[in-house]
Amino acid sequence: MGAGHGHRLHYHGHSPVHRAPAHLKIATLLAFVLLVVATPHAWVWAFAAYAALLLGVVALSRVPAAYLAKRMVVEVPFVVFAVLVPFVSHGPRTEVLGLSVSEPGLWAAWGLLAKGTIGVLASLTVAATTEPQQLLAGLRRLRLPDQLVQIAGFMLRYLDVVTEELGRMMVAMRSRGCDPRSPRHWPAVGRTLGALFVRSYERGERVHLAMLSRGYDGRMPDLPAPAHREHA
Amino acid sequence: MHVPDGFLDAPTSIATGVVAAGAVAVALRGARRELDDRTAPMAGLVATFVFAAQMVNFPVGAGTSGHLMGGALAAVLVGPWTGVLCVSVVLIVQALFMADGGITAIGTNITLLALVGVAVGWLVFVAVRAILPRRLSSVAPAAAVAALVSVPVASLVFTALFAVGGTAPIATDRVLTAMLTWHLAIGVGEAVVTALVVGAVVASRPDLVHGARPALAARRAETAARVAAATPTGERA
Repeated sequence: MGAGHGHRLHYHGHSPVHRAPAHLKIATLLAFVLLVVATPHAWVWAFAAYAALLLGVVALSRVPAAYLAKRMVVEVPFVVFAVLVPFVSHGPRTEVLGLSVSEPGLWAAWGLLAKGTIGVLASLTVAATTEPQQLLAGLRRLRLPDQLVQIAGFMLRYLDVVTEELGRMMVAMRSRGCDPRSPRHWPAVGRTLGALFVRSYERGERVHLAMLSRGYDGRMPDLPAPAHREHA
Repeated sequence: MHVPDGFLDAPTSIATGVVAAGAVAVALRGARRELDDRTAPMAGLVATFVFAAQMVNFPVGAGTSGHLMGGALAAVLVGPWTGVLCVSVVLIVQALFMADGGITAIGTNITLLALVGVAVGWLVFVAVRAILPRRLSSVAPAAAVAALVSVPVASLVFTALFAVGGTAPIATDRVLTAMLTWHLAIGVGEAVVTALVVGAVVASRPDLVHGARPALAARRAETAARVAAATPTGERA
């Protein structure tokens, strides 16, 4: 657990999309998705243009489509909701495949799906082409409060440490015949999470003391970026 | 309950973004009062804990499962300001680094889960704590009530936002019924898990639980009074 952990979403590469400055990518992402969200449902051609543009960027980034597709599953619960919308919406009814659905609801479902999918794919593309450290530096350049960026940095730094600690506790529980999902074993899960909180809190205290002993004065020092050698 | 992109229209998303930015700014100041220069590492580690705790699923019914939202839990464990800050950071990291929750809905998600979830959780917790006897054993039940109330209230606020800026023509009363039934069920799970976790921490390290401070102070005062009464001092003898 010495050096930084590679993040689960980041896909290593050297494309122009990878090399673009992180703060530009974040600002572009926000502006692009905001534009998509503000577009009326009925402008189908506009969504086609957005999708073509986005797929162009994905192709340029040379991140494999399968890599992104696998990670689109975060959208699934939302797709289920969008499919239900035409059935519960009001407005004039129309027939689709013999089912009576609401026409404005159908448009709304289309809009939700199109906007949600473009939003998820755009976010995934930025996350896949930018190192977490660069994203943090980009947030700082976009004038997010320094403290907030520091907290996010610590969260990313210890994410794998703490989730793997929880994973080990869950393995220990399962190997003793305990099913963490069953309400019967909630007391054990509660104690596990309680222990995880105490451990995380105490880890935070140790990290703080270690930082103080290295001269921390409330600001993170601007360390030179680790010397990555560009290998062709 | 992560709101994705396109669920609420652009003006509503921007408005909640402004509310969220204000809430985070105030929480940053408050957290510095609670944690001082320990803010960054402590809030970072607590945020990581909240993220890990959200990975624990519980069955809600009808074959689906919900997960801990952690607003009330964070408020009781580390205090309201640090709680708002930690849950906000979790949501920002999830949206930006994991594409979980829309990037334009980040303000909506912070407003609902971090601001409403933590603030309602903390206020209910403080109110219930004031009614119950000032003992360490009262902290977990008060946390349970806080969690039970905060989740449906967050869903009520979502319904209000949806009525203002929703992009699907669904009657508000239908949204309200669906959201409330669903989140009452989630709230019960949230209440049980929150109470168990808070109870476990109170049992082992009550000094770490922000919401247990008055009870802990009362216990210390009582202990000190008993010790003083039991040990005859030099002057008295």
